[in-house]
Amino acid sequence: MTGPQGLGVRDLSVTFGQTQAVDHVSLDVAPGEVVALLGPSGCGKSSLLRAVAGLEPTRAGAVSWDGDDLADVPVHRRGFGLMFQDGQLFAHRDAAGNVEFGLRMAGLAKPERRRRVGELLELVGLDGQGRRSVATMSGGEQQRVALARALAPRPRLLLLDEPLSSLDRALRERLTGDLHRILRRTGTTALYVTHDHDEAFAMAHRVAVMAAGRLLQVAEPRQIWQRPADESVARFLGYRWFVGVRALRAAGADVDAADDATVALRADSLRLSAGGPLKAVVLDASFSRGGTTLRVDVEGLGELEARAFGATELAPDAVVALSLEPEVALLPGAV
Amino acid sequence: MTVALRTRAASRVGPTAAVVLVGLVPLAFLAVFFGWPVAAIVARGVVADGTLDLSGFTEVLARERTWEVVGRTLAQASAGTALAVLLGMPGAYVLYRCRFPGRGAVRAFVTVPFVLPTVVVGVAFRGLLVEGGWWGFLGLDGTFTAVVAALVFFNYCVVVRTVGALWSRLDPRAEQAARALGASPLRAFWSVTLPSLAPAIASAASIVFLFCATAFGTVLVLGGPGYGTVETEIYQQTVTFLDLRTAAVLSVLQLLVVTGCLLAAAVSRRRRESALRLQSESTVDHRLRRGDLPAVAVTVAVVLGLLVAPLVSLVAGSLRTADGWGWGNYTALSTTGSHDALEATVWEAALNSVRIAVDATLIAVTIGVLICIVCSRRPRRPAARRTLSAFDALFMLPLGVSAVTVGFGFLLTLNRPPLDLRSSVVLIPIAQAVVAIPLVIRTLLPVLRAIDERQREVAGVLGAGPARVFAAVDLPVLGRSLGLAVGFAFAVSLGEFGATSFLSQPDRPTLPVVIVRLIGRPGVDNLGMALAASVVLAATTVVVIGLAERFRIQTAGADL
Repeated sequence: MTGPQGLGVRDLSVTFGQTQAVDHVSLDVAPGEVVALLGPSGCGKSSLLRAVAGLEPTRAGAVSWDGDDLADVPVHRRGFGLMFQDGQLFAHRDAAGNVEFGLRMAGLAKPERRRRVGELLELVGLDGQGRRSVATMSGGEQQRVALARALAPRPRLLLLDEPLSSLDRALRERLTGDLHRILRRTGTTALYVTHDHDEAFAMAHRVAVMAAGRLLQVAEPRQIWQRPADESVARFLGYRWFVGVRALRAAGADVDAADDATVALRADSLRLSAGGPLKAVVLDASFSRGGTTLRVDVEGLGELEARAFGATELAPDAVVALSLEPEVALLPGAV
Repeated sequence: MTVALRTRAASRVGPTAAVVLVGLVPLAFLAVFFGWPVAAIVARGVVADGTLDLSGFTEVLARERTWEVVGRTLAQASAGTALAVLLGMPGAYVLYRCRFPGRGAVRAFVTVPFVLPTVVVGVAFRGLLVEGGWWGFLGLDGTFTAVVAALVFFNYCVVVRTVGALWSRLDPRAEQAARALGASPLRAFWSVTLPSLAPAIASAASIVFLFCATAFGTVLVLGGPGYGTVETEIYQQTVTFLDLRTAAVLSVLQLLVVTGCLLAAAVSRRRRESALRLQSESTVDHRLRRGDLPAVAVTVAVVLGLLVAPLVSLVAGSLRTADGWGWGNYTALSTTGSHDALEATVWEAALNSVRIAVDATLIAVTIGVLICIVCSRRPRRPAARRTLSAFDALFMLPLGVSAVTVGFGFLLTLNRPPLDLRSSVVLIPIAQAVVAIPLVIRTLLPVLRAIDERQREVAGVLGAGPARVFAAVDLPVLGRSLGLAVGFAFAVSLGEFGATSFLSQPDRPTLPVVIVRLIGRPGVDNLGMALAASVVLAATTVVVIGLAERFRIQTAGADL
């Protein structure tokens, strides 16, 4: 098989002693596609990424590019890019020197290298700052340099290992947007490891949810969000309550789903709304994230959480009406 | 698409082979110039006429003289260690926990004795204690006390720096909590601070004990005629009595002592890395307070009385001739001494020393760098990792070997076929290199090990092959510390006496050998010359180390 098929991972296993870090994983990444590997820490996602890069010896299985097996291709000949959580910039080179490194390894002539470095620094929003020492740069700037360095040699595949995790929240949200824009504009094929589902959903064409070395579900973000494969995927995404469709209907809600399916709920699934179909008693209320989170006892369903817009003053024991979000997350079968 | 069920590590075969090749050179070097001589010593002690024969041991151990020597060695080492720790603790506190103008200068000065050649230290104390010297009235010349004082002079800074480095970063809030709970300052120190410092104290003490137990040059110069330790006894038995068997048995005993010290040091080093709350230094120290007075008093007394006095007296003595003050002793360095005490002039010896030190430094740094390159690799395959840690342990073996053992071992093996290096100009440089290699390793290995493995991975993914990864990541880091390693190796070679004393030839002596010979000859002129030569040697050493220290660049491990 030849042709532009991108990355192929077949039945890959990585072990450390007795621990099975990656357990018979198969995954494809098409050219131009960004796939996020999403999972809690220690689930094996970084090991999978490192195995793809050729940095981790594999126990079994194969990694291929466009159908060609990469087993005998050493790290430095794979033509991939890699970006770590903490940049790992070369401290003894300035920003431009870092970006230039891969171009030198590729044997590009100096004028071409210089042009490309300028191009990349501009792309990541650091134009004109090439002579700065990386030690004097902020965490966000360092990650921008790391991204420019990884992208400079036009890698066939960019591997990102929690690239934004070491940044504070505000910076991370801004860089998530920038990174998304840059990956799309350059048409980069990428495998993106993260434990943050907001980041994964914002960044990726497809998301692969991983736990205990196995892939639980690979699908588009919307699909994962609304049709999690099972309870563990749903729980990882933040769904905390699981209610049968029949019980919901009996409580008064209108759900468009098979009778034996299960609805996954999180606080944002239920909204305070006058005339809503569900009746509930308020147990507790606290202000958070620009709204109010309510602990409620829903008639026929038990204790759940709901959200209200703004800082709503609600006395405990108040009786309220709730409505269910229009497109609920559904799990096949009973939980 | 292939699905293969085998361990995939093909990409590592190349680099692994390269690392093995790099490792083979130092392995071969140490096998020939360390393993073989040591094996020869052991064999000489336990094998007679081709069969195992422990009678040598029983015979030597039955001698009263042996136990006298062993007892004196242990007593000397214990006393030296205890005193160095007792005096060094206040020093560590004052120099690393208190803030005062000139602290940096005092810290630097305290280190000077440690880098001085052993022979020079012996001569300096001798000059202080002989009749007519500043402390001549104490009548300590050639006594146990004199030797111990010189050993403390040497090792004071080991305690101050090792303990001080930890103390300066100890979180003061634990002690503050104890004080808030009602503990007096002394009580808080005793029950909170001291236990936290224990690992550093143990580590310093085991190193100091090792240095004291293997001291050779100092003891030979300072100890009186009947004064012998295991080290000097090995030398006497070999050179004076030509009893190689006794020397071999004593060497084996010495190896056991050294190994014990090294194990103790390794254990306490590992414990030091335990969970202590450490702070950056600047947040912890405070201005001198009234309560610091006792510690300051002890430190001033030690620095002036024990460190400054011998050095000043050495310089003063070198400027004193029979006709009063003058440069006479220095002009005499171009002669062979009165009554022709030497076969070459002191300047000729100095030139010879420099030549030998250059060769020894080249060898030590080359071998040391190769060892560090191999030992700083972090392979991912378990088998490779196991091999490497075995390598690692192997290379650490010579870390604490006594110089006398090296010299004696060389005498037993390399002075005769199949490898007769007796008249070769590389014999002494190689011996000195074996002594200096541990220092090179201790300087470079921590720096290389501090490199984050992911730096190498990033370079690799960006297209750099193993050699270019090394050039891009390891080499810049190595380069920054190389100056220091070179300086240490050069200084050690320049002052090396233990191994050299066995191997040097009368017509081509080194500076330390000449100094000892001058000390041993009668005549005020010869003593004056010895003092002048010592000043020259000491000054050269301090300048070399000072220059090397300038190459040291403070680097934090994480952002290398």
